[in-house]
Amino acid sequence: MSRSMTGARMVIEALRDQGVDTVFGYPGGAVLPIYDEIFQQNDIKHILVRHEQGAVHMAEGYARSTGKPGVVLVTSGPGATNAVTGLTDALLDSIPLVVLSGQVPTFLIGTDGFQEADTVGITRPCTKHNWLVKETDDLAATIHKAFHVATSGRPGPVLVDIPKDVQFATGEYVGPKQIETPSYQPAKKGDLDAITRLVELMEKAERPIFYTGGGVINSGTGASQLLREIVEATGFPITSTLMGLGAYPASGGKWIGMLGMHGLYEANMAMHDCDLMIAVGARFDDRITGRVKDFSPDSIKAQIDIDSSSINKVIHVDLPIVGDVGHVLEDMLKVWKARGRKTNAEGVRKWWAQIEQWKAVKCLTYRNSEKTIKPQHALERLQALTAHRKDRYITTEVGQHQMWAAQFLHFEDPNRWMTSGGLGTMGYGLPASIGVQVAHPEALVVNVAGEASWLMNMQEMGTAVQFRAPVKQFILNNERLGMVRQWQQLLHGERYSQSWSESLPDFVKLAEAFGCKGRLVSDPADLDDAIQEMLEYDGPFILDVMVEKHENCFPMIPSGKPHNEMILGEASTEDAIVGAGGALV
Amino acid sequence: MAALKIEQGASSHSAYDLRDPNAQVIESHTLAVLVDNEAGVLARVIGLFSGRGFNIDSLTVAEVDHLGHRSRITIVTRGTPAVIEQIKAQLGRIIPVHEVHDLTVEGPSVERELGLFKVSGKGDKRVEALRIAEIFRANVVDSTLESFVFEMTGTPEKLDAFAELMRPLGLSDLARTGVAALARGI
Repeated sequence: MSRSMTGARMVIEALRDQGVDTVFGYPGGAVLPIYDEIFQQNDIKHILVRHEQGAVHMAEGYARSTGKPGVVLVTSGPGATNAVTGLTDALLDSIPLVVLSGQVPTFLIGTDGFQEADTVGITRPCTKHNWLVKETDDLAATIHKAFHVATSGRPGPVLVDIPKDVQFATGEYVGPKQIETPSYQPAKKGDLDAITRLVELMEKAERPIFYTGGGVINSGTGASQLLREIVEATGFPITSTLMGLGAYPASGGKWIGMLGMHGLYEANMAMHDCDLMIAVGARFDDRITGRVKDFSPDSIKAQIDIDSSSINKVIHVDLPIVGDVGHVLEDMLKVWKARGRKTNAEGVRKWWAQIEQWKAVKCLTYRNSEKTIKPQHALERLQALTAHRKDRYITTEVGQHQMWAAQFLHFEDPNRWMTSGGLGTMGYGLPASIGVQVAHPEALVVNVAGEASWLMNMQEMGTAVQFRAPVKQFILNNERLGMVRQWQQLLHGERYSQSWSESLPDFVKLAEAFGCKGRLVSDPADLDDAIQEMLEYDGPFILDVMVEKHENCFPMIPSGKPHNEMILGEASTEDAIVGAGGALV
Repeated sequence: MAALKIEQGASSHSAYDLRDPNAQVIESHTLAVLVDNEAGVLARVIGLFSGRGFNIDSLTVAEVDHLGHRSRITIVTRGTPAVIEQIKAQLGRIIPVHEVHDLTVEGPSVERELGLFKVSGKGDKRVEALRIAEIFRANVVDSTLESFVFEMTGTPEKLDAFAELMRPLGLSDLARTGVAALARGI
């Protein structure tokens, strides 16, 4: 059955057929026909943002907390270019997004028309794929393909550019089932021989470790369940990247914490000294590996990844398995069970004894204060006062607060932790928190922020108030660009070039100006009460937590150093702290 | 891409070790990439090479299957074995790319390039140019009293050699297509 309709109507039909319930967007001249259709229907909710970058980060928050693709609608020219940072962020963190952009009419393309930009050209390197639709008859099929590409294989953002005359013109609508099978069909199953070889290695390994990443989360909740089962059954220690937190519960007995530049001592030491590394949906980012030459020198490395280009890109892998994490873990578990559930129990027991020694260093130790709020303490209190909430979702901005949040907040489930990992986008957290809240209206959504990052997309507080998204903005305010300041202290001779926040707004008055509530807290004695007020307030809330201004984030793998040469903070001796900066120069 | 001169220790306040840790032997590979003939596909391939710092020595592209809307892109590229593998994997990720073949490792192949050489001159030099062109089995496709345009098909090395010989004889313009290549046998 074919149906004739305008291109603008097709957009709505296609979104409805794809099961879309929410679109984040901002109108403009080149998308007016689509906005006219949005006005005349009730199935799809439109969240009006304040800036298109906010729309894309909201869609990312929506996507990461639900596992469904996020959908964005922006106009041509500046609407599309404002979306570029969000697209790049989603590309690096493998977040499925479908961005629809308006374009000047086909006959104006190339004439430098008003609000014209070469959107497919600009977004080509920051999308998984993009399309310019020149015929209304192709529009519906292209949107369906866009959803297929965004969500299959390694997920990512896609963009469909729709000229205004294509939106006005009439064409034939086709449903998702009517289009020919798209040629893009990534393999899901891993090679069974390779999986068997991995199981053989697991049976013998004396010092094995699971190194897991965002790919486990992207593979779906089933993959996290399988991971938990396999970790419990084998008794192997497990660490995770920033992106993979929550796939294995922080309360789990085999959890040894996050690894990487600001990861835990025990996790990085175990990565360095292991004899079998099983990378699951993790891509050996430079924040993970430290000095490549000395990365885990004595281990056999196996890597499970759906994207073959992630294998051997940075680190040579001995046993690559290309496939979807969920499918491969399922086969791995089957093979391991069928072969008699064997592990090298004696070796693994000794390995754990070693890990316990590293744990005893207590690398997250910091010196608390009764006079000023330490950022780590603020996060420990946030953790303590929210741990009972099973529906707690955390987003972050980028910087020290982000690393402290990853260290001090504990995640028991996947899809509860939204942070800009690959691109490191300051300004991600506030809009992402709104996207999460829109998807989960009853949940507790907290954005752990630094004051500088938060200001980058603060206009989105208007969106939160308008749509009654009761997001909690937990700002660790040190009046500094904390991570920049830390690097300048440790690595650039304490020359603090442009790394302080001058002329900051009064965040409490700012909250009031937006029509929500705020509170400033600077006395550690008031902290719990302030957090409690934030949690109990029925609406968006900004908690301005004035923290110690010169706290550094430790542990830290300094530049170009291997995993076993971490700098510890208060956990090490006084002399080492004093000498820490000097050691780096 | 030539290695940058970064002295030992100069990058100590970077998060990265800026000196290439995998400096190895550089190989030349000929890749055949079968793609959907759709708008922007060539830009995607070229953008991949420039965006990730890979080399292109030559590139040819044309539609080879009109009904199936398929084009064949032949790329000659250089890099360490690891970089070549990464190039192939990255090409494979592009949505309209259907097949990536490394003709250099997948068995024997034939590689041919077409060149047009304009040689201007009078007297002995003109005679000598014609004589050498005959040895190389180049065709004369245009002639005036003071110039020839030679057409020659062959390996890139043969075209290089011919151009070298023509240079002192008045080579004034040169156009080359880049390499087209196919695997030998069935």
